[in-house]
Order: sequence, then structure tokens, then C-alpha cells
Amino acid sequence: MTSLRSTATIATMTALVLAATAGCNRESSADASQPTVVLSLSTLNNPFFVELRDGAQAEADAKGADLQVVDAQNDSATQANQLQTADSASTDAVIVNPVDSDAVGASVTALNGSSIPVVAVDRTVTGADVASFIASDNVAGGKQAADALAAAIGGQGQVIVLQGVAGTSASRDRGQGFAEGIAAYPGITVVAQQTAAFDRATALDVTTNLLQANPGVVGVFAENDEMALGAVQALGDRAGTDVQVAGFDGTTDGIAAVQAGTMVATIAQQPGDLGKLAVDAALAAIAGDEVEATQSVEVVTVTKDNVADFAQ
Amino acid sequence: MTSTLEQAPPTTPDRRTRVARFLADNGALVGLVVLCVALFIATPDFLTGRNLLNIGIQVSTVAVLAFGVTFVIVAGGIDLSVGSVAALSSMVSGWFFASAGLPGWLALLAGLLTGLLTGVVNGLASAYGRLPSFIATLAMLSVARGLTLVISDGRPIPTSPQVSFLGSDVGPVPVPVIVLVLAALVASFVLNRTVVGRSMYAVGGNPEAARLSGLPVQRILVTVFALSGLFAALAGLLLAGRLDSAQPQAAVGYELDAIAAVVIGGASLAGGVGRISGTVIGALVLVVIRNGLNLLNVTSFWQQVVIGLVIAIAVGFDVLRRRTRTG
Repeated sequence: MTSLRSTATIATMTALVLAATAGCNRESSADASQPTVVLSLSTLNNPFFVELRDGAQAEADAKGADLQVVDAQNDSATQANQLQTADSASTDAVIVNPVDSDAVGASVTALNGSSIPVVAVDRTVTGADVASFIASDNVAGGKQAADALAAAIGGQGQVIVLQGVAGTSASRDRGQGFAEGIAAYPGITVVAQQTAAFDRATALDVTTNLLQANPGVVGVFAENDEMALGAVQALGDRAGTDVQVAGFDGTTDGIAAVQAGTMVATIAQQPGDLGKLAVDAALAAIAGDEVEATQSVEVVTVTKDNVADFAQ
Repeated sequence: MTSTLEQAPPTTPDRRTRVARFLADNGALVGLVVLCVALFIATPDFLTGRNLLNIGIQVSTVAVLAFGVTFVIVAGGIDLSVGSVAALSSMVSGWFFASAGLPGWLALLAGLLTGLLTGVVNGLASAYGRLPSFIATLAMLSVARGLTLVISDGRPIPTSPQVSFLGSDVGPVPVPVIVLVLAALVASFVLNRTVVGRSMYAVGGNPEAARLSGLPVQRILVTVFALSGLFAALAGLLLAGRLDSAQPQAAVGYELDAIAAVVIGGASLAGGVGRISGTVIGALVLVVIRNGLNLLNVTSFWQQVVIGLVIAIAVGFDVLRRRTRTG
């Protein structure tokens, strides 16, 4: 009896929780005439993807589309489940920001089979067809960061590089771009390259440690703004005066740091534009219009000179 | 309960057995010393006053987090939620200050209270709900992280001056180091000098025996998880103070560091064994390795391999030591 009763209790609880969450998700009740676009994000645990979502949402609202956002929490299996759920008659198009380009292939193949157009954003999909792939050019951005940092330190001195999560494409491409870019300045030596996992707190510790081993550092390149801000925290008063810090992403905090002078530059990806273009591509694909296979969103070097255009 | 017998000093020790006994009881400490000597030889940057202070700051978060986990592991449970609870507590504190306009010190208290409450929920689910603590706290890991994202909408929130003070310096001494020392003293006092603390060893060693001898096992478990939540909140506020902001992705994966610190420090995952001093040493081992690998500029791919190996070796020695002693 007890087990039966507790099973019933659990079932009721589960139903209640599901009902409550369903209520949260469907606050914008879908109009039957509106095209339904599912946006599957790798994570919302990162301001970048939050801004991407906001850009997509604004565009969907403007174009009269119903955008349903799902968050895979950086788990490929969760994303596969969410894409499976999206593979239904009520879905007109899917925008996917893969947790992992390879792992998402099978789910996208299934969507291809149901003739639901798929747009990939920020990371590509391997082994399946996408109507369009929308991303920033990370290698070019790495080069731009090298130029901005070199200009700020007068083309001379020691710099350190804070790498992202080891093995991710963003870290690889930005690091490669920076290495290519900085090679043009013979006066600059990269004295240390260490990972801080794209995380602010980790970057604070790693930078503090690296400054012990390399007290003569005059520049820091971080492969994202979160790590750049961690480096700024580690440098304290020296940030922006003795040591120049360049970041990547153009997040709200990063832009604010450039404005305050603690960071010399950030490479602004425009996540809002990524989201906006992805929605446009998805709607074009639904309408059966021609869509460009690859669209790159410009990355912009943000320094003191043009920061006012980016500050909100 | 064997642990309490083991820890009792031998009645008439001569000098040599005392040294031998100390070494045997402190495998992790020996490991830490070996690690420090190796780094001292490898790089001149290691043994500088500034670097040692840096290590003190860097160890504060993981150690304070691990103090709470020590209580739980001693009592025979596990707490996987501490990283998420740390993030949630700092975020709630940030929200009360920045959005609700509460005075800074009240916002700080709200953060601590958040940790305490999540801990109580963990404890109730584990003690009265009969959920294995692994599952109860795994659920809390997800719920607390989710709530952190809901409150913050995925964006960092600035913290109150009182929280930021936790990340600053008083004269030459970093506040995180002061907090670490105070937290260690409090945790050690609770575990060794209070009835509830001593009961944790009994509950962890043999819950059935503890119950039969009249200990309120369920109430003790709730206290244990509540303490874990409280220490997690303090760690979260320390981290937020150092970053002048509550980060939605703060302390992801820190629960594993905390558990590793406790186990390296000589605690048994089977319960009933563990000391705060051991946990401090365990946390130091983790932080000193990372510091040293940075100083030596070891590539990030190899760092993870090295950290894993050092954990395995540290715990392996400890297991070996216990086996030779009992066998």
C-alpha cells in the first residue's frame, strides 16, 4: 500500500511540475497562422547565448514568428532529445546551436527526413544538411585581437595568452588567429599560454599565477571576455596602465571594461546579429526562398575609439 | 568509531614512534610537502611571499566548500550540490542588493540563509525522504543551478560592498585567507568539540548502531546538510567577492574539487573518518598543483592528466597506509 500510495504521490507531483513548467514555456501562446521556429541552444549559462537568444526573439517578434527556445545545458544527449521533440508537424523550422557539431548530426538527419529546414548558428553541423550556417569568423577575430594588442603595447614586449576550454573550436580558431596575427610583430613574445576554461574565476587564479612566473608581462590576450575580466581583476590597478588586456566576444561586461579603460580591446562578435540572421534564414527557408549556405557575421574590434557605438 | 580510537594519542610514545605515527596519520601532508619541495626546485617563482599569499587566496574557496562536504562525508553521505548552492547563494545575495535594494549586509545574510535553506532541503530529503544523499543532492545540483540562471537571466550581477570586502585585503592580509582560517576553526570546533559533531562520526561509522544507542540520526543528518549548505554559501560569497560580481556559471564542477580535497585529506567515502585539517591539506594539494603547473607553463592538455594522477597517487598512498596498518 505504501509503495502504491507513494507512486501515486510521485505521479501527481510529476504531473504538477510538468504542468507548471509547461505554463512557463508557453507564455506566448502560439497563433496558428504564425510559423513556429524552434531555437535549440547549447546553453543559456553564458551571456553570449543569452544575447543570441534575445536577438533571435526580437527578430521573431518583428517578423511575426513564434520562437520556442530550448536550452540543452551543454549536453549533447539533452539536445538530441529536444530536437527529437521538435521533429513534429507543428514545427516549421529549427535553428540549432550544437553542443557538439558531430553529435548533433543524427538528430539533424532526422529533421532532414521530415523536411524541416535546419539553420546552424555559431557552430556547424557535420554529417547532415543545413539550409544555412551562420557564424562569426573566429580566426579573423583572433588576428584583429593580435593587431589591437600589438598597437596598444607598441609592438614590443612579453604577452600571455589565456586559452578557452581545451579542444573547442572557438579556442582553436581564436588561438590560431592570434598566433598568426602576433607573428607579424617580431618584438612581441608569447611567454605563456595556459587554459582558464573560458571562466572568469579560473582566469583570475591562472593570471595571478602567470604573473608570478612572468612579472614583465605587458599584454594579455584572452580568448573570451569572461577570462579577460578575470585577468583584469588579477592585475588590479595595473590593468590598462602597465598591462593591456584584449578579450573576445564583446559581451556587455567586456564593452563596459573597454569603456572604463581596464581592457584595451574586445573583438565583438555580434551574438544578437547571429540570432537575428538565423531567424531570417529560417523564415526564408520556410518560405522556400534561396538562402546562402554560409553567412558570416562581421566581428568588430572594439577599442576606446568606437566603444560608444556598442555601449548600451 | 574506529577513527576516534585511531586519533587518540598513544599513551607513552617515544620520539621515533611518535614521528612515524605522525607521518602515517598525515599521508596527504607528506605529499603536499614533497610537491612543494619539487616546485621549489623547479621554479624560483614558487616560494615567494606573494605567490604563497596567492595560493592562500586561491585555496580559500575550495577549502571552505570542502569543510561543508567534510561534515557530510564524515556522516556517511555525499553532497554534490555545493557548487550550485555556492552560485545560487551569491546570486540571491547579488539580487537582493542590486534589484531589491536591500542594505549590503542584509544581502550578505540573505546569501548565507539561502545556502542554509538549500542544505536543510537536502537534509530533509535525505533523512526523512529516504532519498540516497547522492540523488537528493544531484537533484539540488540541477535545481540550484537552474534557479541561479532564472534569477540572473544568465548575466552577472554586481555584489554589495560587504560581499566585495570578502575579496579584498586588510593591510597586507587578504580577507579570503582570514575567512579561511576562521571557517577552519569553526568547522574544526563543530566537528571535534560539539555533541552534534561527534555524533556525525557515529552516524557515519554505523548509522544503525547510532540509532540504537539513542542518537537522533535524522536530526543530525539535517544539521549536517544544513552546515554543508551554509559553508557552500560562504564559499560562493567569497568567490563573488573576489570577482566583484555574482556569476551565473560560478563554481561549476567545484563539488568534485571539494570531494577530492576531502578524500585526499584522508576522509573515507564510507563515512566515519575525516578531519578538517586533512581537508585543508587536500585543498592545498589541488591548488598548489594548479599553481605550479601555471608557473611551469605546462600545456593545458597535460595539466588535466597530471591533476588526475596526483589525486590518484595521494589517495592511493593513503589506502596503502591503512591496509598495512590494519593487515
